[in-house]
Amino acid sequence: MNLVEIAGKLRQHIIMMTCAAASGHPGGSLSAADIITALYFHQMKHDPKNPTWPERDRFVMSKGHAAPVLYAALSESGYFPVNYLKTLRQIGSSLQGHIDMQALPGIEMSTGSLGQGLSAANGMALAAKLDKKDYRIYCLLGDGECQEGQVWEAAMTSSHRKLDNLTAIIDNNKHQIDGKVEDIKNIEPLADKWSSFGWEVFACDGHDIKEIIKTFEQAVKVKGKPTVIIANTIKGKGVSFMETRPLDYHGKAPTPEEEKRAMAELCQIKDFEL
Amino acid sequence: MMQATRDAYGKTLLELGKQNPNIVVLDADLSASTKTASFAKAFPERFFDMGVAEQDMIGTAAGLAASGKIAFASTFAVFGSGRAWDQIRMVVAYTRLNVKVVVTHGGITTGEDGASHQANEDIAIMRALPNMTVVVPADAVETGKVIRAAAEFNGPMYVRLSRAMTPVIYKEESCDFKIGRGIVLREGKNVAIIACGIMVGVALEAADKLAAEKITCRVVDLHTIKPIDKELIIKCAEETGAVVTAEEHSIIGGLGGAVAEVLVENAVVPMARVGVRDTFGESGKPEDLLVKYGLTSGEIVTAVKNVLARKK
Ligand SMILES: Cc1ncc(C[n+]2csc(CCOP(=O)(O)OP(=O)(O)O)c2C)c(N)n1
Repeated sequence: MNLVEIAGKLRQHIIMMTCAAASGHPGGSLSAADIITALYFHQMKHDPKNPTWPERDRFVMSKGHAAPVLYAALSESGYFPVNYLKTLRQIGSSLQGHIDMQALPGIEMSTGSLGQGLSAANGMALAAKLDKKDYRIYCLLGDGECQEGQVWEAAMTSSHRKLDNLTAIIDNNKHQIDGKVEDIKNIEPLADKWSSFGWEVFACDGHDIKEIIKTFEQAVKVKGKPTVIIANTIKGKGVSFMETRPLDYHGKAPTPEEEKRAMAELCQIKDFEL
Repeated sequence: MMQATRDAYGKTLLELGKQNPNIVVLDADLSASTKTASFAKAFPERFFDMGVAEQDMIGTAAGLAASGKIAFASTFAVFGSGRAWDQIRMVVAYTRLNVKVVVTHGGITTGEDGASHQANEDIAIMRALPNMTVVVPADAVETGKVIRAAAEFNGPMYVRLSRAMTPVIYKEESCDFKIGRGIVLREGKNVAIIACGIMVGVALEAADKLAAEKITCRVVDLHTIKPIDKELIIKCAEETGAVVTAEEHSIIGGLGGAVAEVLVENAVVPMARVGVRDTFGESGKPEDLLVKYGLTSGEIVTAVKNVLARKK
C-alpha cells in the first residue's frame, strides 16, 4: 500500500468504528488522517513489536477526541489486530472514547481534556535532552484547541527551552463544536502568534501527504527552536456529506445508512454497485 | 524546636538530588518560598522554573515522568491543587505517572497573604482523585521521611506542607513513617484525637490539658489522608468509644470527612471535627488566625468534652 492508500484505509476504519460505536468524533479524525499517516507510516521511528522501545519517537495526540484516527493508525501499523477496532467505546475495551495511555500500548499520553498535550510533549522533549537522546516528539493540536490558555503557556516553554526536538502540528480545519473558529473566537493570525512565541512556523496542505512529509523534513532541520506546522485541512475530509456539514459530524457518528454512503465514497464504489 | 515543613522539604530534596540523578524538580516562580531553590542552585540542569504557569508545570512534569524521571512539582497549595486540578486529574492521576505534587503554604497559617493564598480545600479535592495518595506531615522530621518515601514510591502523590514555623514533635530515630499507616503518638482510653499536619502538635497539647482533668486521650498522627488507615480508625473508635479529628483545613471533605466516612460505615461512635468552618480565611498573623478560626488546643478540648457527653 502506498501512503495515500493507507490514509484511505484509516478513513474507512474511522467511519466503521464510530458507526459501530454509534458515537465518537469522525470529523476531526478524518481531517487528521493524512497527517497521522505521514507520521506513523513514514516520519516517525517506532516499533509496533516493542512499543516501549526507548529510542522511539513520541507522538502526543493533544486533541484526544480524535482517538479513532490514532487507533486506526496503531492497528494498521501492527500494534494490535485491526478487528479489535470495532470494540471502540465498548465497556472493557482498551479503545477508550478519549485516549488512555494506561489502556493501550503505543499511546504516549492520556488526553481528552483539551489544551494539555503540548505541555506533556515538552516534558518528553526535555527528558530527551537531559538523557542526550535524539528521538523526536510530535504533538497534534486542533485549531479550536488553540483557544486554551495552557497551549500558550506550553508554547512559551518550548521556545524558552529551545526544544528543537519537538514539532507541533495544528490540524487547521477551521471548525470547532459550536461553529467556525473565526466566528466563535478567532485565533488568526495563527502563524504570527506561533512565530511571536518563538517558534519556527511552517504551513502545508494537510491532505497532501508528499507536502506534509516535505514539511517535516524541513522542520527537523531547524536548530535552536521548536517547530510548528500549520496543516490546512478540511473537517470530515474524504466523506462528501461530512465535508459540507462539518458541524454535524464533530461528535456524532454516522448512522448505518450514512456509513454505507461514506464507505462507498472512500472505497470509490459507484452508487449503482451497492 | 521550631521548623517549617517547607524547610525540611528543601533540605531533603537537595540530599535526594545528590543520591538520585533521575530526580527532576519543577516550580512555578515560587522556588524561594517552596524551598526548591536549593535544588535549583545545586542541579540547574535538572530544575525547571516554569514561570507563572501551574497547568503547564503539571503537564511538563507528566511528560518528564512518562520518560522515566521522578518529577517533583512545587508551588503554593492553592495553585497546585486548584489552578492545576484538571491537569493533575488528567495527566497525573489518570495516567498514574510518577509525579509528586509537593505544595507549601497549605492552610490558614499562610497568614498575611490572606484568603486567596490560604488553601483550606485542597485535601478534599485531591483526595477525590482516583490513584492519588495524599499526605500531610506533622512536622519537619516527618516531612523528611515523607519526601524520601515519595521518591521511592512509584506513582502520583500530593504532599501538603506549611509556610509557618511548627514545633518539631518527632525525633529522627523514632519517626516510623510509612505511607498509609497512622502513628499512635500517645495512648489513652477515653477518646481518640486523630489529627494531621500542624494540628498533631496542637492535639498533643490538648491531650496534656485533658490529662490534668483525668481524661486520657489517644493521639494519632494520621498523616496519610489517602489511602486512609481504616483499620487504625476503627480500632480507635472501638477501643476509646469517641473520636475527634483536627486539621488545618475545611471541615468539609478533608481529614474529618475521611474519618467520618470510615466510622459511619464501620464503627459509629460520637465524633466531632475541629477545622475551618466552611469559610474563607483572611489576612493576619498565623497564631492569631489559628485562634480566630478555631484551630487551638482549647477548641479540641471543647470538642472532646462534647463527644464524651454524647458517649453512652
Ligand atoms: C478542556 C476541554 N473543553 C471542552 C472540551 C469539549 N470539546 C471536545 S472537542 C472540542 C472542539 C475542539 O475543536 P478543535 O480543536 O478545532 O478540534 P477538531 O475540529 O479538530 O476536532 C471541544 C470544545 C474538551 N474535550 N476539553
